[in-house]
Amino acid sequence: MEAFLNNIDRVVDGFSWTVRLALLSALFSFILGVLLTAMRVSPVPLLRGLSTAYVEGVRSTPLTLVLLFCGLGLNSALGIFLSDTVAWDVFWWAVIGLSAYTSCFVSESLRAGINTIPLGQVEAARSLGLTFTQNLRLIVLPQALRTVVAPLGSVLIALTKNTTVASVAGLGVQEASSEMKLMFDRGIAPVLPTFVGFALGFLVLTLPMGYFFSWLSKRVAVVR
Amino acid sequence: MSTQSSVLFDAPGPRARARNKVYTVITLILFAIGLMVVYLGFNDTLRKPELSLFSAEAWAVNPEGEWTADKWEPFLRPETWTYYVIPGLRNTLTAALTASVLAIVFGLVFGIGRLSDRWWIRVPAGAVVEFFRGIPLLILIFFTMALPIVADQLFDIAPGTFQVTALAAVVTGLTLYNGSVLAEVFRAGILAVPKGQSEAAKAIGMTRAQNMWLILVPQAVSAMMPAIVAQLVVLLKDSALGYIVAFPEMLRSFTLLATRENNVIPAAIVCAAIYIVINLSLSRFAIWLERRNANRGRASVRPADAEDGPEGADTTTGPAGTVAVEPTVQEPLPDTAREDSDGDDDGNPKKRP
Amino acid sequence: MRVRRINGILGGTAALALALTACGTAEVGGGNGGGEGDGGEGGGDTITIGVKYDQPGLGLLENDAPVGLDVDVATYIAGELGYEPDQIEWTEAASANREAFLQQGTVDMVVATYSITDERREVVDFAGPYYVAEQDILTRADEEEIQGPEDLAGRVLCSASGSRSAFNITEERGIDAELREAGNYSECLSLLGNGAVDAVTTDNTILAGYAAQNPGTYRVVNNSFGEERYGVGLPEGSTELCEEINAAIAKMWEEGYTLEALETHFGDTDFAYAETAPEADACE
Repeated sequence: MEAFLNNIDRVVDGFSWTVRLALLSALFSFILGVLLTAMRVSPVPLLRGLSTAYVEGVRSTPLTLVLLFCGLGLNSALGIFLSDTVAWDVFWWAVIGLSAYTSCFVSESLRAGINTIPLGQVEAARSLGLTFTQNLRLIVLPQALRTVVAPLGSVLIALTKNTTVASVAGLGVQEASSEMKLMFDRGIAPVLPTFVGFALGFLVLTLPMGYFFSWLSKRVAVVR
Repeated sequence: MSTQSSVLFDAPGPRARARNKVYTVITLILFAIGLMVVYLGFNDTLRKPELSLFSAEAWAVNPEGEWTADKWEPFLRPETWTYYVIPGLRNTLTAALTASVLAIVFGLVFGIGRLSDRWWIRVPAGAVVEFFRGIPLLILIFFTMALPIVADQLFDIAPGTFQVTALAAVVTGLTLYNGSVLAEVFRAGILAVPKGQSEAAKAIGMTRAQNMWLILVPQAVSAMMPAIVAQLVVLLKDSALGYIVAFPEMLRSFTLLATRENNVIPAAIVCAAIYIVINLSLSRFAIWLERRNANRGRASVRPADAEDGPEGADTTTGPAGTVAVEPTVQEPLPDTAREDSDGDDDGNPKKRP
Repeated sequence: MRVRRINGILGGTAALALALTACGTAEVGGGNGGGEGDGGEGGGDTITIGVKYDQPGLGLLENDAPVGLDVDVATYIAGELGYEPDQIEWTEAASANREAFLQQGTVDMVVATYSITDERREVVDFAGPYYVAEQDILTRADEEEIQGPEDLAGRVLCSASGSRSAFNITEERGIDAELREAGNYSECLSLLGNGAVDAVTTDNTILAGYAAQNPGTYRVVNNSFGEERYGVGLPEGSTELCEEINAAIAKMWEEGYTLEALETHFGDTDFAYAETAPEADACE
């Protein structure tokens, strides 16, 4: 344990990348997820089709492959660089890949949330003359969001854990799992304490998140 | 689907129709630009500033780019499929199926263990489930691979006395993680069985084990089948992490092929297509199961988390169309049944018969 | 009624899965070999040899059989031991499972860019070395500026995760190169080809293999350092076999077979491979 604690700066550094990846990807996947949901229920058939195809397709692809495609395809083959330094370039591509993947799950959750809204409300809104965007913005989404707080929490937890895949798959972000692997491989600290330390680090991130969202979901639950 | 969607908006009048057309055109243009960037980018012509985007040369298939027939031709050869893709797919399915069976067993054991009325079973079972659910699969796989080093460091077992194969590491990781998630699914399912049934079982003299295996588990499994299948889709997708530890599953087969043929991008596209076909079929299967359950109208078992979110609820269609079961059951479940099962909300699993 | 049906479904699924697993797992030891290399036990009429399946020039799976320098060396040694080429069963030996394969008898020998180290000697035996590789740098053919490790300062260097090669340059030599970590060297090559990284570093044989695969695209810098002594991995306690193999390796160099194989696999590149036989270690 001592050798592990002596390298605590490595651990902290790794987790700082993990947290940054998770937070930014959460933000972008939420925005993209709302957008995809709006497209999915919109009056324009083409938008509905695109959204459906995107969600179904990306959701069915392993994250490893999505990130490989970002790293080796978009970043390297298309030559799109998002930053001057490698560390930040791969970081931003990882954020894009994780957001692209996670937004599908956000969108599915939201759609499920929309389904819980009684049809009468939506019909009432329409009979009041609300347009589609007004309906979505004022009636549907606020309620849907409150219903799906817990599932969205699950998605966020899954995202936090999924950030580890960004350490491999053509990107190599130096987040927590890659620091752990490095400490294993170089024999920097004994394996078991290192693993326990990193596992605890992830639990510290994920467990409170779970309880928080569980609490929040009850707090904001729509009473029907 | 379109009839369901139309709940959110009125049947379009002339102005709305015109507006929708405008949106369609704008989307088409954006979509076309996106496709163009991808096409030209992978054609390796986007990066050549000397080429005008409107010249025929920029659009012709570049032999250096990714669209050249040479890079796609390998997929037309039967050897590619018999020596790379099919063995890889078989390894993926081997890992996924082994892990599925083990995860279901693990899930049942720990799901039921968590409901035990003996604290020394309930508490450790809960800790194990929460631990493996909360940590990333990848660090679990790395750790399993490093077990020989642990043996050396802790028990002085010479390094190399045993090694963990990539398959074992992947299967272990997938089992522990997905098993923990399934444990929660089973627990939710068992908690959702109305209490009256257990009381009835007790009344006719069934033992606790009989009650569990004859009354509760079968109904829980049946009610949770869609969620179980959805979790197995997650498991199948996660088996692609085997790529990282050089387990020769499908993604790695495609990498081997790409190393040989120099066609990383085409290989990634074909590989993604295969995964999408398999997983979409499985998701469709989950939806079908869900519908079948709903149609049979088994009112007695309602998933416990129906209140938290619509996942697993028997109403999956509404204004937003059919929703596949959300595969990530992550939020902490209550320690007991929800009000909607039948008002047993005293928060103490001990009270379960 | 329902109870029985559900048990039936569960039992059926489990049985199916187990059946599929049972017929599937045997294959995995054999890696991607498909019809080939089913990880069968050696001995008798055949010999099972573990080689890399993913290293061009050394051991790369080409449909049903691997091709490369290691494969040629293994074929020669097997020939000296009295096995015809069609009596050899190939199996993929990834870096992570080489020792296990030898200990569990999955393979009879491993010829897979397997460097002789004291740590490994504790659990397996080594014959050879049959070749001494060195660490080098690979760049694009049109890259003039990189002539050695010192020129990597401020450039982007790719390394496979878990490898020490990049570490040797950035930390041990203190050269300030930016690192991009990839899952394996094939990913590195893809990044190098597209200009996302400026150089790749690892054993010069591995680099030359990639250079040979893409003639005219990449250049081995030929400013090498360190040494990786490739040996033939054997199960512990194979002293006799080790001596036979050492004799075979000496003969292989004397006959010019090794040079021929090196020329076949790396001749198209500017890689200056070693042309003299390395001195064999004593068999323990």
